[in-house]
Amino acid sequence: MTYITKPVARHPKMRHNALGLEPRDYEGSMSTLCAGCGHDSVTAALVQAFFEMDVEPHRVVKLSGIGCSSKTPAYFVKEAHGFNAVHGRMPSIAAGANAANRDLLYVGISGDGDSLSIGLGQLCHAIRRNIDMLYLLENNGVYGLTKGQFSASADVGSVSKKGEVNRNGPIDPVSVALALGATFVARSFSGDKKQLVPILKAGLAHSGFAFVDIISPCVTFNDHEGSTKSYAHTRTHMYEVVETDFVPLRREITAEYGHGDVHAVTMHDGSVVHFRKVAEDYDPTDRGAALEHIADVRKRGEVPTGLLYLEETGEDMHGFENTVEGPLVELPYEDLCPGSGALAELQKEWW
Amino acid sequence: MAHIGDRLNDFAVRIGTVNGTGSASANSLLLQALFRMGLPVSGKNVFPSNIQGLPTWYEIRVNKDGYTARSPVFQLTVAMNPQSYARDIEEVESGGWVLYDSTKELDESLLRDDVTFLGIPLAQMCAERFRRARERTLMKNIGYVGALVALLDIEMDVVQGMIEEKFSAKKNLIESNFTAIRMGYDWAREQWECPLPIRVKRMDATKDRVMVTGNAATALGCVYAGATVGAWYPITPATSVMDGFKEWCRRFRVDPDTGKHRYCILQAEDELAAAGMVIGAGWAGARAFTPTAGPGISLMSEFIGLAYYAEVPSVFIDVQRTGPSTGMPTRTQQGDLMLVVYASHGDTRHIALFPANPKECFEFAVAAFDLAERFQTPVFMVSDLDIGMNDWMVPRLEWNDAYRPDRGKVLSAREIEEVKSFHRYLDVDGDAIPYRTLPGVHPKGAYFTRGSGHDKYGGYTEDSDAYVEVVDRIARKIQSAAEHMPAPEVHAVEGGARHGIVSIGGAHWAVLEARDTLLADGVPTDYLRVRGFPFGEAVREFLDAHDVIFVVEQNRDAQLRTLLAIETECPKSKLVSVRYYGGQPLSKEHVLDGIRPHVSRRKSAVAEAAIR
Repeated sequence: MTYITKPVARHPKMRHNALGLEPRDYEGSMSTLCAGCGHDSVTAALVQAFFEMDVEPHRVVKLSGIGCSSKTPAYFVKEAHGFNAVHGRMPSIAAGANAANRDLLYVGISGDGDSLSIGLGQLCHAIRRNIDMLYLLENNGVYGLTKGQFSASADVGSVSKKGEVNRNGPIDPVSVALALGATFVARSFSGDKKQLVPILKAGLAHSGFAFVDIISPCVTFNDHEGSTKSYAHTRTHMYEVVETDFVPLRREITAEYGHGDVHAVTMHDGSVVHFRKVAEDYDPTDRGAALEHIADVRKRGEVPTGLLYLEETGEDMHGFENTVEGPLVELPYEDLCPGSGALAELQKEWW
Repeated sequence: MAHIGDRLNDFAVRIGTVNGTGSASANSLLLQALFRMGLPVSGKNVFPSNIQGLPTWYEIRVNKDGYTARSPVFQLTVAMNPQSYARDIEEVESGGWVLYDSTKELDESLLRDDVTFLGIPLAQMCAERFRRARERTLMKNIGYVGALVALLDIEMDVVQGMIEEKFSAKKNLIESNFTAIRMGYDWAREQWECPLPIRVKRMDATKDRVMVTGNAATALGCVYAGATVGAWYPITPATSVMDGFKEWCRRFRVDPDTGKHRYCILQAEDELAAAGMVIGAGWAGARAFTPTAGPGISLMSEFIGLAYYAEVPSVFIDVQRTGPSTGMPTRTQQGDLMLVVYASHGDTRHIALFPANPKECFEFAVAAFDLAERFQTPVFMVSDLDIGMNDWMVPRLEWNDAYRPDRGKVLSAREIEEVKSFHRYLDVDGDAIPYRTLPGVHPKGAYFTRGSGHDKYGGYTEDSDAYVEVVDRIARKIQSAAEHMPAPEVHAVEGGARHGIVSIGGAHWAVLEARDTLLADGVPTDYLRVRGFPFGEAVREFLDAHDVIFVVEQNRDAQLRTLLAIETECPKSKLVSVRYYGGQPLSKEHVLDGIRPHVSRRKSAVAEAAIR
């Protein structure tokens, strides 16, 4: 926990984005997580992504379930509505809110307990619906708030702080998301902002369910030797499958690519994602190949990272449901109520 | 053998068939024909939790006095299912009739000498007249309708007119239906003296009435209320609420220019998710609802507590079925009363509405959304399988075009701009209802919604006083809803009676009928039907005004009586429980059986005292 409240004084040379806002404008209240918690780095990366994407703060909707990760929506974009729901059920809140108002930018923050145990079903169905939202899984392999039980992402052989060895096979969220047809699948590391920020930006621009699994070490309960979700282990075993650079719609492409094949995917809103393949023959638009490659990397004991799969179908939950273009909440009541005449007419059939 | 005497426009028929053989449409044809003849009529579908092959029944009661509660006594049984012959024949009233398919003669052991057996070789007749197997099965049903038209003196023109309407697009079906109906009709006229003493004659009692199920009316109420998001998980007996919503939306809510939907129906992965979707949509400013049954409410309970504590408008429609657990999914009960009003862990208390027929389903569905938004809380509309899935004759639904949704205290962008500061849970007006803002409207309106402890400013808290302040306000808020509930329906005898009756929901119709019988027996009663929770002053006054109150309800544990005892000052000793919970709709007999022993005992106690 950070005990020092940040001063409100603003540096005259502070950067401003297209809305005239500073990065500080995308921050929230003070974090109450443990000092060094990976989740706080994710929050910082999100703040940067929002800033760089020129997002209007109050058009953001922050959603979460229960757990350490789920506390973090309070720590960014204070001018946005937030909803800390019940354990594992944030995706359904997101589905309902998005159904009601499709014009807002939905960001869900979840953890491995929230998304892979109690809420695995809801995560799967959010993927199936392709809800237009950015969904982060802050993955530390452990239950922090209840002090150190293994989560469903803990690897076999991983040792708990108390010395217990995990025997149950892990659920790999990235493989699950790919297998279920997710249209945007990424994995990153809270300690690698350079990789994480472009992925988050691409996720915000994606039209559909953008799923990002972020290895985010728990400094208190899962950062010891024998843990496969520690900072040290993740740094040494992280394997970047693709390098990602995100180019928002209105900006010129300035990124330079020194080596490797560059693959560009244009997103629904016109932005472009550039992939630079680190691994030979990796195609981030081929689902089957992505799954296979990830399985191979995992077999080697490494953690495949990067924006692993991207498909801009443009068809999200609202596309499936064929709802009107604007938000349902803004439809005038006159467009919703058929009135007394229609009621009288209808009842002729009930005779 | 003594026949049942003349019973013009006053009898009950039970039809036993095999489910999945097309009898449902034949039975509704029959019901509707009686309705169109101006007769007060009710139809109860007693069906199995199964798609094909099990016994199913349809019960039709015609009553010139307008009593439409279920009659457990049948003067005529149509026995079309050998699986249920024994029971069907056994249950017909002595002196009554059994119409059966005599293609295969009845086993002698089934025969009774106090009823008349009317054999009609329907299977054989259909085999002779129809070629396709499916048609042969279906037309047997229309065949018994034809026989009943003759036996009960139903107007053939009405029935034929309905067939023509129904199959106006499929002319060949009109012909085969006509063939089948004449087949049954002619046989009956040739073989038996028609009509029977139980018979109908045109009346004028259904003029301004319509025939509709509670679930269809509920769905229409959701459309008229302006609900745009419906989330659900399929469950009997609530499924037809969402089927209906979809049907009405397709008719009324498709943008004529783009073909796009002004609604969003989400079939959730389970009831937990359905509840989450409703709460998410309500939080974002839409009118949202979920139809479900008791098992769904159990699953939704955690979310219901969140919506209560975080104060999110949401509408839950509970079409009750027989519990506990999976129970009897296709039978009715009022077993969720306690569940809904106190759903979820911790201290919770919810607004609930209890319709007694489809007309009230329509009206209360609309009211549920207004109450949910005004009081920023989950609201339950609690019907049951009998109301929801059976066709009811009800007064025509009405709509006032001046109606506008009561959105409650929702701040607009301009209003947020004008306030000095916004705090979500502050009781600004002293009425226990705070102001709320919707996401995306204004940066100053942002707040963090949470089910964890929060203070009146919306901030996280673990402070005792700050916590208590908020939960106490919420308690006051819910209590303040009591006088905004639909007023109880009260029937009183002149000068007031010593005995009172209190009931709820669909128990109403049997109580009305039983009251008349009691009155004829010299036992006048006053009657109150609860229509909303929390109970208002009118309920308390009624309880105070009577020495003995019979609480009539359809569950084992006297849940309404418990609620009255907990929620009012009424002494428990005054509340005499009258219950029936076997899964059928309530009948007059159930009510009388429960009340009469107490009435006569009291009478004799008075008499004894006088002698002494």
